[in-house]
Amino acid sequence: MSAVLTAQALQKNFGAVTAAADVSLSFDADTVVGLIGANGAGKTTFLNMVTGYLKPDSGRILFDGRDIVGLNPRQIARLGISRSFQIPQLFQTLSVRDNLLIAESIAAAPNPAAATEAVLAQFDLGAYAEQQAGLLPEGIRKLLDVAMALSSRSRLLLLDEPTSGVSADEKFTIMSIVMAAAEAAGVTVIFVEHDMDIVARFAGRVVAFYDGGIIGDGPPDAVLRMAEVRRYVIGEDAHAAA
Amino acid sequence: MKAAATATLALAALTAVALLAPQWLVFMTLLVLAKGVVVLGLLVLMRTGLVSFGQGLYFSIGAYAAALLSHHFRIADAAVMLAAGAVGAGLTAALLGLLLARYREIFFAMLSLAVSMILYGLLVKSSALGSTDGFNLHARSFFGIALAAGTERRVFLIAGAVCALVAALLVHRLFGGHWGRLATAVRDNELRVSYLGASPYRVVYVNYLIAGTLAGLGGALVALAVGHVDPETAYWTTSGEFVFIAILGGTQSIAAPFMAAAIFEALRTVASQYAPNVWQMSLGLGMLVIIMFLPAGLWSLARRRSTA
Repeated sequence: MSAVLTAQALQKNFGAVTAAADVSLSFDADTVVGLIGANGAGKTTFLNMVTGYLKPDSGRILFDGRDIVGLNPRQIARLGISRSFQIPQLFQTLSVRDNLLIAESIAAAPNPAAATEAVLAQFDLGAYAEQQAGLLPEGIRKLLDVAMALSSRSRLLLLDEPTSGVSADEKFTIMSIVMAAAEAAGVTVIFVEHDMDIVARFAGRVVAFYDGGIIGDGPPDAVLRMAEVRRYVIGEDAHAAA
Repeated sequence: MKAAATATLALAALTAVALLAPQWLVFMTLLVLAKGVVVLGLLVLMRTGLVSFGQGLYFSIGAYAAALLSHHFRIADAAVMLAAGAVGAGLTAALLGLLLARYREIFFAMLSLAVSMILYGLLVKSSALGSTDGFNLHARSFFGIALAAGTERRVFLIAGAVCALVAALLVHRLFGGHWGRLATAVRDNELRVSYLGASPYRVVYVNYLIAGTLAGLGGALVALAVGHVDPETAYWTTSGEFVFIAILGGTQSIAAPFMAAAIFEALRTVASQYAPNVWQMSLGLGMLVIIMFLPAGLWSLARRRSTA
């Protein structure tokens, strides 16, 4: 399989804090990768560097073989990297349908209206189509946020904590809808997640961050069992677990 | 289609006014149309969440561009003057927009106010342009056809009606589709717009350009109607008046600015006749009532009736 996204020796410091220490990662097409790590471990910094919000101090990020370091978020979005947000970023005064219509129109879908209807159906948002985005329940807001990111242009979808702030029983439903839509669209998915049950269930590969570096990378059952990951990411006392 | 039908009706009515009404009413209607066009531009900006307290800048540039043609270049064709007003203001907006499109909220409002006051200062100090007195202009033909004495304003009114309705229809069309949604999207969440791959800066810039051009067109219309320009056109109270009219009408319809401008001019005429010393106060009280009871503007009354 060919790599869609390759990060080479990324370095990022905020003063004395190291947010990325020599991070090198490669992501294959059509895979689902979960990024885990405690707060401040460097997961979101990694997403922010890939989407152009932050510029790494050094290192390269290749998307389809092209170096995208130095491009701004808008240019990177146009290449096909889209993201959702931990706190949903919606057009609050507009309806759910208009939110999606804007996303599809900006993505230059051949027929934005038809694409919007398809997304509404795919994300099970039909019942909310006419409702104002600012007044939706949190679970639906998260779903809409991802639906907007997954426009007809996206090839790589980055999800920043897609289930945070959502009740436990809704989490699996939301992730199932999102993953089915991503698979149907044929996009590669990288998601940041704190809920290890979600990670184990949906990720084909897990990357564990700690202190700006990577301490585990592989299939979920292997990574989630590593002693370092259990101690620094999951927060269990390694001795007690043993 | 409904918009086109409404526009045709409005054009017919305005043509009737131009041909049949007494001179004072023709003059008033022309002022209403001119101010309506300026406020229409403000509405375009408001769709992106921005309020300009400096549209007087473009209003003034439009008026002075038209007047300078007549006064300094001996070009006395009203059609050329109108075009010069719109183009002159549009070019200035294209230049200043590069800077102003970066700013938002109060910073945008104050910066636009500051720039308009710079022009005011320059005009007041410029004796070649008549400083505080300004100077007169005369339009003697329209598209090459000489204007008979006494018919000028009637012709200008028809020209103004065509300009205003074309502008209104273009804005209606532009904002009924993707661009309108995009402008609202920029107002709601610029971060998201960027991450979807569009440029909020570009949206604001283009809308600023539209607003400036429309203000210039309105300024040229007023210059033609009055036959005189002075620095007051760039003063902040003039800009404030446009914002006043925009709030009075509300932002829900392209017809609202024209309706609000008509009410504003009528109120001002009546108030300055019967209460010459407190007419501004009566306008202020009117604004207070609007903000407290009809925060979405007078147009919301019309909408409320049609949905009831």
